[in-house]
Amino acid sequence: MKTYIRSTGNISPQHSFGHPSFLIEPVKHIGNRLTCIEPDYKGIIDAKLIRRMSRIIKMGVASAMECLQEAGVSVPDAIVTGTAYGCLEDTGVFLTKMVEHNEELLTPTAFIQSTHNTIGAQIALMVQCHNYNNAFVHRGFSFESALLDGMMLLAEREANNVLVGGIDETTNISHSILSRMGLYKREPISNLDLFTTNSKGTIAGEGSAFFLLANESSTNDYAVLDSIHTFYKPATIKETEQQILSFLSAQSIAISDIDLIITGRNGDMKHDQVYTQLQQSIFNKSSLVNYKHLCGEYPTATGFALWLAANIIKTATVPAIISKELANNKLKKALIYNQYQNTHHSLLLVSAC
Amino acid sequence: MGSTVFIVGVGAISSIGNNVAECLTALETEMAGIGDINNLKTIHRNRLPVAEVRLTNEQLAVRAGLPAAISRTALLSMIAAKEAVDDAAIENISSLRTGFISANSVGGMDKSEDFFAEFLADNTKGKLHNVVNHECGAVTELVADKLGIKNYITTISTACSSSANAIFLGARLIKQNKLDVVIAGGTDALTKFTLNGFNTLMILDQQFCKPFDENRKGLNLGEGAGYVVLVSEKVAASLKKTPYCLLSGYANANDAYHQTASSPDGTGSFLAMTGALKKSGLQPSDIDYINLHGTGTQNNDIAEGTAIKRLFADRYPKMSSTKSFTGHTLGACGGLEAVFSALAIKHGIIYPNLRLETPMPELPFVPERKFLKNVAVKNVMSNSFGFGGNCSSLIFSKL
Repeated sequence: MKTYIRSTGNISPQHSFGHPSFLIEPVKHIGNRLTCIEPDYKGIIDAKLIRRMSRIIKMGVASAMECLQEAGVSVPDAIVTGTAYGCLEDTGVFLTKMVEHNEELLTPTAFIQSTHNTIGAQIALMVQCHNYNNAFVHRGFSFESALLDGMMLLAEREANNVLVGGIDETTNISHSILSRMGLYKREPISNLDLFTTNSKGTIAGEGSAFFLLANESSTNDYAVLDSIHTFYKPATIKETEQQILSFLSAQSIAISDIDLIITGRNGDMKHDQVYTQLQQSIFNKSSLVNYKHLCGEYPTATGFALWLAANIIKTATVPAIISKELANNKLKKALIYNQYQNTHHSLLLVSAC
Repeated sequence: MGSTVFIVGVGAISSIGNNVAECLTALETEMAGIGDINNLKTIHRNRLPVAEVRLTNEQLAVRAGLPAAISRTALLSMIAAKEAVDDAAIENISSLRTGFISANSVGGMDKSEDFFAEFLADNTKGKLHNVVNHECGAVTELVADKLGIKNYITTISTACSSSANAIFLGARLIKQNKLDVVIAGGTDALTKFTLNGFNTLMILDQQFCKPFDENRKGLNLGEGAGYVVLVSEKVAASLKKTPYCLLSGYANANDAYHQTASSPDGTGSFLAMTGALKKSGLQPSDIDYINLHGTGTQNNDIAEGTAIKRLFADRYPKMSSTKSFTGHTLGACGGLEAVFSALAIKHGIIYPNLRLETPMPELPFVPERKFLKNVAVKNVMSNSFGFGGNCSSLIFSKL
């Protein structure tokens, strides 16, 4: 049984919402923090709700609605979300008030909306979906866990279509704390120069990418999601290679069968060593491209990568900002390989329908 | 796909006991774990009762074999998960595909709160080691690393139904032959964030909670962790011990009514219970005991009760809310109550619903008020419903 990607909805630091031309005008951000380009929510979300919702909830709900709309599905058979940090803005608001007011005079709204399942719940509420609803919150595996759950529901015939999304936001508070942990570059750079900086640290990113997965093909599918695999804290680079090779052999393919490998390089010279090592070993004959100069680094960034792969396959074009050499190659098979801090590794294999 | 998933190990820590045996004794002797706040530093001390685990972080750390400075949520998780793994006593576990699926609602928030007070005054201040495990997934990884589990690790957070969904997912991964063994459940420590959050919703009872009582005034928050060890048929057959029970049914549905309140007719609860029955191939009349979600709030108990009334019609199984002992442990409750459900089947016992004085007039049934022994308990349903309309039901069955 195949899993088809029927539609997508993506709010990111690039022009991606509303299905504009595919990354023709890459957006340049200066600094170490990429912020999403948000749409006008009027017409997508009820005006009363817009006022109440924090940014991540609006982004999540709007991208989910766009995804459902493109698929022509009003109520999905399941809704599964992945978010590592959850609703940080609401969490920060409630924590701040709690500390400032010494646990008194608090109001419930921020607390209610801080819950990690808020986005999935709000989507269910808006489309009156009583079906399966789940929320994964496992760091760099959050989106991958949601995808696996969705694919399993299809395989079990519990659902014919599943809405799956990966969402994370950066807030002033989280950016300040993660900066102190040394995650980001100290010097201001352009995101489009991320891979030539040769320094420590990366750039912060965020985004909300939703997909409608279906167990039957339609005339408008983007691609087939063949398989997904995660592995945790490999002891050596050999183990990483072994994990990648056995993932491919389980799909009865070799590395040479893959037209494009999308890797999660983030411009941090230390972090990117894993990719460099693989480039010299098992990936030495492959076409490798990157994506985090467009969306930044965040735990559910593979959502952006899947959107990218799905669009590359559907449009049969590789945007120049991804690769000038491959621009007009018709690609049939793409592998997304992402790792974060050599802890959370994930593999997603995507093919033409 | 394999058809059967067995429960071969259980582990629990809560306000009524630091392990499964202590919890069971408290349930049998009708000793609730609710009382004044001792560990949590909050202005609500002596105002709001809670169900705290009796040990300090230092005492928990010794039992967990982890540093006392990490989140209490991880310490509780480690103790219960380790008990479950030891109880299962799977000799060749390192050669099997083993997963750890844990749930929690606010991750390392107990430490983030400490960090935040200093950080707010000056954003260059606050100890980073207090916030490094803020994420829900970080809590899971601290425990997975200590247990040495690598094959599959994930974390679920669907508010109060979180750990029921973790157990549910574990069973599916085994049935799909992706894993052989899964340690699944959840954990949550009391935090000021949650206590104040629930307080703003005005659903905390200032006295001991009274689930399913006409005069119920809200819930008491609790803390703890509960895990079960799920294994495939093949692994179960290789063990010397007899499994506790099967996980025969499960379902997840959404109420899609309100972000925090349940619909008056309990649509989500009804769908979760009917879905779980369908999955298990059982009829409502086959259920011998329901471990109720039974938080003690006006809203939950009438919604859940109405759904039960609709589904079970005139043949009501015995039922009770063990939250009258443990308080509402949020991300841990589905795990703890799964342990209690497995024990109900193994020992043929039914737990009492404490402090039930005046039954709800809207409902044609009354939860069990006394501890019952020597009861034939073949099938137990466990309900977990949460914010965001997330409703899950699990069914445990005798072998």
